[in-house]
Amino acid sequence: MAKVCVYAELSEGKLNSAVTEIMAKARELGDVSVVALGTGAKEAGATLGKHGAKVAYVKEDKVFDDYLAEPATDVMHALQQQDAYDLILFSFTSDSRDIAGRLAARLGTGLISNASDISAEGGSFVAKVPYFGGAKLASMKANGKPAIVLVRPKSFEASETGGSADVKDAPGSVGDGSKRAHILERVTEASEKVKLEDARVVISGGRGMGGPDNFPLLEDLASALGGAVGASRAVVDAGWVPYSMQVGQTGKSVRPGVYIAVGISGAMQHTVGMKTSKVIIAINKDAEAPIMKIADLGVVGDALKIVPALTAAVKAKKGKS
Amino acid sequence: MKIVVTVKQVPDPNSTQALESDNTLARDKEVVLDPGDECGIEEGLQLKEAHGGEVVLVSMGPERARDAIRKGLSMGADRGILITDEKLAGADALLTGRALAAAIKAESPDLVICATESYDGSTGMVPPILAELLGLPQLTFAKKVEVNGTNLKVNRQTADGYMVVEAAMPALITVTAAIAEPRYASLKGIMAARSKEVKQVSLQDLGVDGGGPAETIESVASAETRKAGSIIEDDGNAVDQIVKVLADAKVI
Repeated sequence: MAKVCVYAELSEGKLNSAVTEIMAKARELGDVSVVALGTGAKEAGATLGKHGAKVAYVKEDKVFDDYLAEPATDVMHALQQQDAYDLILFSFTSDSRDIAGRLAARLGTGLISNASDISAEGGSFVAKVPYFGGAKLASMKANGKPAIVLVRPKSFEASETGGSADVKDAPGSVGDGSKRAHILERVTEASEKVKLEDARVVISGGRGMGGPDNFPLLEDLASALGGAVGASRAVVDAGWVPYSMQVGQTGKSVRPGVYIAVGISGAMQHTVGMKTSKVIIAINKDAEAPIMKIADLGVVGDALKIVPALTAAVKAKKGKS
Repeated sequence: MKIVVTVKQVPDPNSTQALESDNTLARDKEVVLDPGDECGIEEGLQLKEAHGGEVVLVSMGPERARDAIRKGLSMGADRGILITDEKLAGADALLTGRALAAAIKAESPDLVICATESYDGSTGMVPPILAELLGLPQLTFAKKVEVNGTNLKVNRQTADGYMVVEAAMPALITVTAAIAEPRYASLKGIMAARSKEVKQVSLQDLGVDGGGPAETIESVASAETRKAGSIIEDDGNAVDQIVKVLADAKVI
């Protein structure tokens, strides 16, 4: 069996949901150890045992909560020296990206970023990586050991297997030299009632919304449907809405039951983050927009008229039932 | 303060992209300075204007990547370094990091600015690799930067807001597009850029060994595409149809 290590990213004591998704694939590829560092590490280790981790290396030390990348890199490096993993998996999320890059450089090995799938082939690992915003899928083989692969969130579905992990103290020590990028404060901006990544319905707006002043129309529809509002990169770059709402290659990946794209042309940058949604509805003035080619229902018309009418219709229907 | 900004020439995000027969990006298309790097250059220039010093652009690419450097120089950067070498064709993130690190180390900057990721590769792996190889702390996904003496403070983008992160310089930061609106090059700037120095160096000059690739692209396939459903013109009944789809999907 291959030896696989999964870095279990914690944020303010909570396990990132991308990690349990990765476990669903990791346990098919070999014997899995997980590494959880900082506040909440023990609980995360226990959770990941239920998802198929045989060993959970934990260290509940505030240094991992308070400093970016370097303390965790020290532990991951020490663990690789100790256990010589064949494969180390990270989620393609900010904190994990920072650690994975440093670890690869320290080990002098390569890494494959932004993967959507991974398989074992003849003793090495091959990852599928979307290119050109997802139009092409490259199969990339890792030539070095360990293979380090970063997996896009929402690539796999998390499921429990009901086991339990042997919880151990993570090796290595963190020197003062690694306490450099110091987190002073965390500020929450998004007042999301429903988390974008977890929403059953996502309504996203693009340039076709005309301006930031029209985004409340989407908020109204989202609250009628119990969903969350997303956005295209174009409107985030233009400063209409915060980055936390961005769906796509460089934003969040979502997989809701219904995705409603309003005034979004459907550049590949965007579709790679939403095209695995179960049902896609597009509202756009342009019948030729690329989003129409992947939508289950494409409506050609004026979003600023259709959205409020739709909100009213949803409310009316809900009122009846 | 001495600031190095890494820059990359990429296929124009507005043009159709293609792959060469060896599965590397086709670069005979229209190419531009990566729009993310323009934001990094702008931030570098603003810091220089506030604190004094020098902005040096470092790029890796074929000879024509000099145009991307030239664009940054016309915005106001002071000089450029172009790492160009046949052995770098199709270089992976680790080799790219090694080459850039060697060139940057020789400059001993106070601050290195990178975009969070390139427009074409989008792997985002060069900045942390570079930080490790240069032995610098990394303050990533910055949407705001403050310099006070040798103290550096950034607002780092998170999934639901931001965190304030502090470090002593020298340091490396990665910046998002929210950091600064890039300025247009003035005519005067364009003229001045012509006489600014762009030094060309090879891997041998930098003392970097090419080595074998850490990853190999085995094949490239077209991704599975969704089939288009029905497209309707809104003649007043569109809302009913949307409601039906929502009901079928059991969300209402």
